[in-house]
Amino acid sequence: MNGFEHYVQKNHGMLFIPFIVAGDPNEEATVDLALTMQKCGASALELGIPYSDPLADGPVIQRASKRALAGGMTLLRAMRLVNTMRQKGLNIPVVIFTYANPLLQLGLETFFHEAAVNGIDGLLVPDIPYEESRPLAKRCVQENVRLISLVAPTTSDERLEKICASAQGFIYCVSSLGVTGVRKKFHPDIFPFLERVRQATSLPIAVGFGISSREQTAELKGSADGFIVGSAIVSEIEKRADQLKKAATRATALDELKETLLEKFGTPSEKPLPHI
Amino acid sequence: MIRQPQLEDKFRTDETGRYGDFGGRYVPETMMHALLELEQGFKEAMTDTAFLNDYHKILHDYSGRPTPVTYCRRLSEAVGGAQIYLKREDLNHTGAHKINNAVGQALLAKRMGKKKLIAETGAGQHGVATATIAAYFGMPCKIFMGAVDVERQALNVFRMKLLGAEVVPVHSGNGTLKDAVNEVLRYWAAHIEDTAYIDGSAVGPHPYPMIVRDFQRIIGDEAREQMLQQTGKLPDAAVACVGGGSNSIGLFTAFLDDPVQLYGAEAGGKGTDTGQHAATLTKGSVGIVHGMKTYLLQDAAGQITEPYSISAGLDYPGIGPEHAYLFKTGRAVYRAITDDEALDALVRLSKLEGILPALESAHGLALAMRIATKMKPDQSVLVCLSGRGDKDVQTVLHVLKKDNSDGSDEQ
Repeated sequence: MNGFEHYVQKNHGMLFIPFIVAGDPNEEATVDLALTMQKCGASALELGIPYSDPLADGPVIQRASKRALAGGMTLLRAMRLVNTMRQKGLNIPVVIFTYANPLLQLGLETFFHEAAVNGIDGLLVPDIPYEESRPLAKRCVQENVRLISLVAPTTSDERLEKICASAQGFIYCVSSLGVTGVRKKFHPDIFPFLERVRQATSLPIAVGFGISSREQTAELKGSADGFIVGSAIVSEIEKRADQLKKAATRATALDELKETLLEKFGTPSEKPLPHI
Repeated sequence: MIRQPQLEDKFRTDETGRYGDFGGRYVPETMMHALLELEQGFKEAMTDTAFLNDYHKILHDYSGRPTPVTYCRRLSEAVGGAQIYLKREDLNHTGAHKINNAVGQALLAKRMGKKKLIAETGAGQHGVATATIAAYFGMPCKIFMGAVDVERQALNVFRMKLLGAEVVPVHSGNGTLKDAVNEVLRYWAAHIEDTAYIDGSAVGPHPYPMIVRDFQRIIGDEAREQMLQQTGKLPDAAVACVGGGSNSIGLFTAFLDDPVQLYGAEAGGKGTDTGQHAATLTKGSVGIVHGMKTYLLQDAAGQITEPYSISAGLDYPGIGPEHAYLFKTGRAVYRAITDDEALDALVRLSKLEGILPALESAHGLALAMRIATKMKPDQSVLVCLSGRGDKDVQTVLHVLKKDNSDGSDEQ
């Protein structure tokens, strides 16, 4: 793959980037959930790798990780799952969201080989900040994998400039301090922060952490190019975990989920892009 | 005169917080600002004479430092071989070395204008030390503790509450120390503006391993002087237990440039081949956890596995990055000590010297005894007795009772 820039670009309404945890509630459901996200108008999919010690995640994603780990999910298995998604018609870019240790243990050689074979377009490692990311960033460029960078309201102008100078794909703006999880309202400081990011980059900017409603995404219009939804989707998956696990009830659960997401986030892309 | 930390010290880390390949700062971007601010604040404080004077004055007036070095005549005779000396960190206020670091970091928090203190705790010792210094300074304090540990350590939970701290049970993960560390870091990321995180061991993202080392090196700095005064020479070996590794790095730092053998005792639990241990260096592999690159206990896919030790203070799946470096370079040697060996050391020190050590410290003592037997009588071994064992009496009673009843069954 890597039609990344075709799907994730500015000026196409608000980009909707959903996050799901690989293996939650099981592998088959994850494949179907990815396709459902595409039907909901997603511009890219963040596929979370479950980890025993997810430092940046709140309780909802922690629980999802635990469920997925209980089913034996690993980084390697998740990457191979993307292949199945592709065969079933997933066209949008897939970004692997993994903590540093599973990546380190798999090894970069294997990771990039599997990324190429299975149609993986991007990588986000929440616990590798700019200072630690230089060798990985260089390798990602060589391998045509977009390394997504996080920036936070507390990121200084100086760091913001450094991070944006070598950033790829899009800039992931953390909406608030703390961990992932649903929040009702944005902190008012977010807008001057997004403006600072806008000044520092020509890449699309997307806001994540705490996004759960249409009101919030409406507020972001004009300040950001898109938004990432994690916990709000994962908790909907959690509610339907039992139905999603079984083939017999999965389709109904997926339809319900699609309705809920469209209700919450609207048809996110005003001008849906043709698939490539 | 006690030697102050010097910036040019050989093993001091660089700006990225590396000790060789180990250490670093593997945290989400949301924490970077706080870590950079902390690093700056620490560097300023450590060159401020008034700050260092306050730190030493509180440790003197409030915690009773300097702690003595005690010669163990009867134990040395019983073991045969080198003479055994104890650095008595058990005589600190609150009963362990943890207070040295809690005082330093709380003072630093005040200096940086932070209003609240948070900390994680496993067995509760660091939680008690932090709650103590929070009470002393009149600062609000939250202690994050795994829900399982809250159950296991009811007495320390009560102590912390008595000291005015709020104890937050952590239900995520397995509800143990590693999860408490995750949770305190998550909480800190959300409350960075007015809250200081008091890291209890020489672990975590840079600058924490450096800060904890520098606030604990008073152990080794004092002991080095005391050994010279009492014996006229340096010890031949220095030994300490290692969980995260704060008392051991505090001891080792003073001797890095000396011809002194350094030994760390890891928790061997029920044996390093049983899978029930916390022997990170003996059995672990390199990875990233809690913001640092170090040796850790993990599965093939990089998931952190739960450690085990009879001693809650050593029950940690990683180890401080400077220890990883000292291990890799061979400057220090690390050995696993089982539950049984530690218990035996605890009983022997109690009976022969009238000193009840903490189960953690008993691991260091057991290794020292093993080393001493291979040394000559004109040589000496210095052991950091990091804490007193009153907190462990219940556990010891339980285990010894069980052993006795097992024995009578056989008869």
